[in-house]
Amino acid sequence: MDQPIGGRRSPLNVNWKHLLSPTGNTGDAVFRGLLFISALLMVLIVGAMILALAAKSMPSIRQFGFHFLTSSEWNPVKNEFGALPFIYGTIVSSLIALVISVPLSLGIAIFLVEQAPRQLARPVTFLIELLAAIPSVVYGLWGIFVLAPFLRIHVEPPLQHWLGWLPLFKGPITGIGLLTGGIILAIMVTPIISAVVRDVLAAVPGSQREAALALGATKWETTRVVLVNGAPGIAGAVILGLGRAIGETMAVTMVIGNRAHISASLFESSYTIASVIANEFTEATQDLYLSALVELGLILFLVTFVVNAIARVLVWNVTRKMSGVGNA
Amino acid sequence: MSLSTKVARAGTPIAVLVIAVFAFACSGASGPSTGGGTITLQGAGATFPNPLYQKWVSEYGKLHPNVRIDYQSIGSGGGIKQIQAQTVDFGASDAPMSDADLKATPGELLHIPTVLGAVVVTYNVASITQPLHLSPEVLADIFLGNVKKWDDARLKQDNPGINLPAADITVVHRADGSGTSYVFTDYLSKVSTEWKDKVGTDKSPKWPEGQGGKGNEGVTGQIKQQPNTIGYVELAYAVQNKLPAALIKNASGKFVEPSIDAVTAAAASASAQTPDDLRVSITNSAGENAYPISSYTYILAYKDQKNAEKGKALVDFLWWGIHDGEQFAKDLQYAPLPAEIVKRAEAKINSITSGGKPLR
Repeated sequence: MDQPIGGRRSPLNVNWKHLLSPTGNTGDAVFRGLLFISALLMVLIVGAMILALAAKSMPSIRQFGFHFLTSSEWNPVKNEFGALPFIYGTIVSSLIALVISVPLSLGIAIFLVEQAPRQLARPVTFLIELLAAIPSVVYGLWGIFVLAPFLRIHVEPPLQHWLGWLPLFKGPITGIGLLTGGIILAIMVTPIISAVVRDVLAAVPGSQREAALALGATKWETTRVVLVNGAPGIAGAVILGLGRAIGETMAVTMVIGNRAHISASLFESSYTIASVIANEFTEATQDLYLSALVELGLILFLVTFVVNAIARVLVWNVTRKMSGVGNA
Repeated sequence: MSLSTKVARAGTPIAVLVIAVFAFACSGASGPSTGGGTITLQGAGATFPNPLYQKWVSEYGKLHPNVRIDYQSIGSGGGIKQIQAQTVDFGASDAPMSDADLKATPGELLHIPTVLGAVVVTYNVASITQPLHLSPEVLADIFLGNVKKWDDARLKQDNPGINLPAADITVVHRADGSGTSYVFTDYLSKVSTEWKDKVGTDKSPKWPEGQGGKGNEGVTGQIKQQPNTIGYVELAYAVQNKLPAALIKNASGKFVEPSIDAVTAAAASASAQTPDDLRVSITNSAGENAYPISSYTYILAYKDQKNAEKGKALVDFLWWGIHDGEQFAKDLQYAPLPAEIVKRAEAKINSITSGGKPLR
């Protein structure tokens, strides 16, 4: 391929080169090819994962069918497997995490971009991004030794005292359970969401703020304009956080209590899909058991997939509505 | 910080799973090769005896520099899978393999016991200053959720003079699949018919009561951080971390403190009932000084070795392990084999052949 550009080319060569590089430059062609292979590889890996998971979960799918998703019975001794408690635990713990972390993250990001003086914003930003890099097992240990006792002594008793009439806050107070799992997840996803939201808000053009201020808007009203402008990005940030919460394993395992049952109370033990896979996979010997665990992996994959798809649609809708407003 | 570094990690557990699935799928590949005068033995399995096996490997390596042994503690389940697929030269498992598993194995697998371990019942009750005494039925009822309060009449009866609080009992068990849970539930199945019918024996049974902690450290953490809890951990872990340990009433009616000698005593007193293939549960052993929640841990090896050179190295290593290797057991809080079981394990090792020829 060391022909000079614009030199003689065989017909075959022309076609091939033109396909890769419309400009006819060899370097471009190679670059384009490499990029294409990288992208293709990613698609192939995702495809191979789904195929491998589906193939290995066939015995379980054949045995339990749709019942797998609706049964609460998870008993390796009797070879009965149902995924419902794990799906419930995964979704509820992630929701608790979002309920706590989304307002918190928005507050942090707005403060850093709109309010904080530069000398303060920089170190705070650095610290938040540092939090995002802490290994999850460290969060888990901190959860067992600090957070769980704190919740047991200072948070759960008043909750039960004032709101105990709600089924959410009934049951024994142990410091370990769904609520603790959700809170530790909230702490873990807050740095991620707030870092992305900060980037999003910082990207909103300064002219927007100036325009709002020029029209006599207060600081709060200006911030609202900025938030509306950044809405699609903010939604994306929340979904990133949710994705992390759904797949988080170690930290949740250490504080959620790991019991496969469904209870309305947030104080009770629960279990997530990622946790049960991590806990039971190494010692599962029977084929059906192994297959049921792999099917849980497939479900986790699909849940993540659906969540991301919903996020795309949301972001897309918001963006379209916004541009519609802009045109009106 | 770019967006991509913040991308959620939802894929991580799936990725691990997929890799593991592939590893199992590709298990037709041949074992590690030998060459250059150095023999490499590959082993994989139980995590419980891992500290001891690593010690054995390093000590044996000093004596036999031409033999390299690589033991991976991937869990008993993984060890059984790998030896069945013949991707390793020896496997290791805490619980003996089931008849079904042995049937699914290409060739005759031998169980060579190496050391013994025990499961300790530990607790966190501020007012209990002397060791707690537990009868087997009460222990089973606590884990079944039938005994709910620390000041239950049956607990009081076993513990005169101990100030038991009027508090709820919080049960903590292992959440991850574990040989420790297997031994514990095996014991409870033997002493309680209700446990046997409702729960049964398993590495990760469906627990009727309580919270799950990940690993010995997770269970210990949850017990230490919550008052009025009870749970179970390995003997070695309990000793190293100075956890309170309950005395358990054994089959001859004596309350026995968990200790290395009491575990060896349990194996010795069960040796008459130990079948020829050495696959045996020694929980609830009848000996007077036997600690009742004890068990063997095994190395799994094929009786017929395909490669004579590697087979010879494996046989020599196993022989060294159950003789010279036993001296390292006590320091690491494992109970050494009783003399009569060493004799029977010797016979097993001597029965290993390659192409019909004995290797020792």
